[in-house]
Amino acid sequence: MNTRIRLDHDHLHHLLRQMVRIRHFEAKCVELYQAQKIFGFLHLYDGEEAVSVGVMEALGAEDAIVATYREHGQAIARGVAMDRLMAEMLGKQEGCCRGRGGSMHIFDRATRFYGGNAIVGGGLPLAIGVALGDKMQGKKALTACFFGDGAVEEGEFHESMNLAEVWQLPVLFVCENNLYSMGMAVERAESETNIARKAAAYRMPGVAVDGMDVVAVEAAAREAVERIRADGGPQFLECRTYRFRAHSMFDSQAYRSKDEIETWRRKGPIARFEGWLRESGLAREEDVARVEAEADAEIDAAVAFAEAGTPEPVEELERFVTMDQVPS
Amino acid sequence: MSDAAAMTYREACKQAIRDALLADPKCFLMGEDVGRYGGCYAVTKGLLEEFGEERIRDTPLSESAYVGAGIGAAMAGMRPIVEIMTVNFSLLALDQIVNNAATIPHMSGGQFAVPLVIRMATGAGRRVAAQHSHSLEGWYAHIPGLRILAPAVIEDARWMLAAALADPNPVLIFEHVMLYNMEDALDPAVAEVDIAHAKCRRDGRDVTLIGYGNGLLKALAAADLLEADGIAAEVIDLRVLRPLDTATILASVAKTRRVVIVDEGWKSGSLAAEIGMRIAEDGFFDLDAPLRRVCGREVPMPYAPHLEDAALPQPADIAAAARGLVRGR
Repeated sequence: MNTRIRLDHDHLHHLLRQMVRIRHFEAKCVELYQAQKIFGFLHLYDGEEAVSVGVMEALGAEDAIVATYREHGQAIARGVAMDRLMAEMLGKQEGCCRGRGGSMHIFDRATRFYGGNAIVGGGLPLAIGVALGDKMQGKKALTACFFGDGAVEEGEFHESMNLAEVWQLPVLFVCENNLYSMGMAVERAESETNIARKAAAYRMPGVAVDGMDVVAVEAAAREAVERIRADGGPQFLECRTYRFRAHSMFDSQAYRSKDEIETWRRKGPIARFEGWLRESGLAREEDVARVEAEADAEIDAAVAFAEAGTPEPVEELERFVTMDQVPS
Repeated sequence: MSDAAAMTYREACKQAIRDALLADPKCFLMGEDVGRYGGCYAVTKGLLEEFGEERIRDTPLSESAYVGAGIGAAMAGMRPIVEIMTVNFSLLALDQIVNNAATIPHMSGGQFAVPLVIRMATGAGRRVAAQHSHSLEGWYAHIPGLRILAPAVIEDARWMLAAALADPNPVLIFEHVMLYNMEDALDPAVAEVDIAHAKCRRDGRDVTLIGYGNGLLKALAAADLLEADGIAAEVIDLRVLRPLDTATILASVAKTRRVVIVDEGWKSGSLAAEIGMRIAEDGFFDLDAPLRRVCGREVPMPYAPHLEDAALPQPADIAAAARGLVRGR
C-alpha cells in the first residue's frame, strides 16, 4: 500500500495553510459573535484542526462527509467556499444554506458535505446511508463520518458501527476524542475509555492516532481510506485531541483545570507543526507570516462578502420546508 | 365501473411495493424481517425471492440506524422504502425522522431533498396491550416537512405508495393493523391516487363524520346505524393527515352543519383537536351544533378484550355523538 505522505515543501505548507485558515476563520467568528453579528451557539474547533485537515487530505472529490455541530474545520478543510460559509454564519441569503442552518448545520452539495448535525450521534446513521446509497449505485466513493467522544455514548453510534460492518459499507468513522462531551469527562462516561478498542467489538479495524499531529492523522487516514477502497468495509479512526476553548462560546470550565488546558495548548497542532517545520528548515518565519497573511486576506474578503449580503426575505421563510423536486 | 377484482389490503400493499421495485432500480426496501421472514404482517412475503438481498434488506433491530440509513441513501440518490415494523418501534427512530428527515431540506437551504418513504403498521385492536397498540400518527402530523398518509381503503393501499415515492419529500405511510385482512373490490380502471386530498366516502346531509384508518371504517359503520334512525351521515376519509385538506372538510361542514371527528388516538393534543380547531377558525358560522370528538380513552391500551374495546371509539359511540348533534333540528 502506498500510504506515504508527500513530505515535500508544498504539501507541508498546504497542511499549515489549512490549519491556519480554520484557526483564523474562527478567531474572526469570535469577533463577529461579540459584535452580535453571529448568533446562537458557536462551537469552536480551536485545538482540533489537525484532525479534519489530516483526514480531508486522504479523501477524493467523489467522497462524502458527515460532520457535527463543531464543523467549521471540516467545512473549510473540505473546500466549502469560505465566503458562503461566512455568509451563513451571518445568516444571509448568500450563505450556503441561505441562513437557515447557521454555524451548526453547514451543508454544501458541491463538495458532498452532508451537514453539520447538531444532535450528538445523529450524523452516524445518515453517514452509513450515504455510503449505502453510493455503494448501491456502484459509485467508488466512501463517506467520512466525524463525531465526538460524546457520540460514542449514544446508541446510534453502536447501531451504526454494527450495521456498517454487517453490510460492509465504505465508511471511515472518525472519532474526534477531545476528552469531554460538553462537561462530561470520558472517564466518567465510558466504561472503556480506549475508544478505538470499541471497534473490535464490531470486528471493525480501528486505530488511535495523535490527533494533535496533522501528519500522523493524514498518514492514518490514508491507510484507512486505502483499506476501505480495497476491501469495501468500514474503518475506525480515533483521533486523540483537545478543545482549547469552551464547549460553545462561554462556559465556566468547572469540569477541567487551567493546568490541563495549558498542558494541551503546548501540544497544540499548529504551534507544534509550525515549530517542527522551522526546526527542520522547511519553513522560515516569513513563510509562516505569509501563510497567515494570505489566510487573513481570504477571511477579510469572506467577511466583506457576508456583510454585503442580503437578508433572506421573510416571504421566503417557508421555502424548502418541502421540496418541489429532488435537486440534481 | 370496470370489472372489479377483490384484493386484501395486505396484498394491495405488497403489489404496490413490487410495482415500485420493478419501476425504479433505485428503489429498495429495508426493515426488520422484511426478507426471509416475509414481513411481520406478511406484506413483503415473496419479495426477497423475486428481488434478492440487495434490494430487500433485512436489518438488525436498530431502528435509528436503518431509518437514518434510509435518509442518507435518499440524499445520495436512492429511493428507499423503509419499513418500521410498527409505530411503537418508530419511537426508537424519532431522532432520525424528526431531526434529520424533516429538517434537512429546509436546513440545507434546499440543497438536499429527502425522497424517502417510511411505512409502518399502526393502531390498536389486536389485544396486544399498551406497548404495541399506539396510534401516534397524529404526533407525526405535527411535524413540518413530512407528509403523512393513512390508507383506509384497498385502493389507497394499492396506489398511495407510488405517489409517495414520486414525492421529493419524506412520506410516512401508516397502515392500520386491523385492515391487513380486509378484502374489497379494486377498480382495474384506477391506476393512481392523489396524496393531497381528503375524500368523501359516503354522501349525507345531516352530519359529517370525519375519520381515517380504522376510524374511517368505524365511522362508516356508524353511518349505517344512523341511517336506520333516518339520519344521513356524510363520511370524510382524511387519507392525508399532513398537510390537512381543510377545504374538503369545510365544504362538508358547510353542507351538513354538524361534525363528529373520530380519532383512535388520545383526545388531548390530538389530530382531532387540530381538525376541530380549523373548523372553529374557518367554519364556525356554518355550524348549527357544537363540535364533537370521539377519541381513544386516555389510558395505556389494556390487554383484556372488553377493556380494549372500551378504550377505543366504537360505531355505537360515534352514532350516539352524531344523534346528540342532530336531535332538536
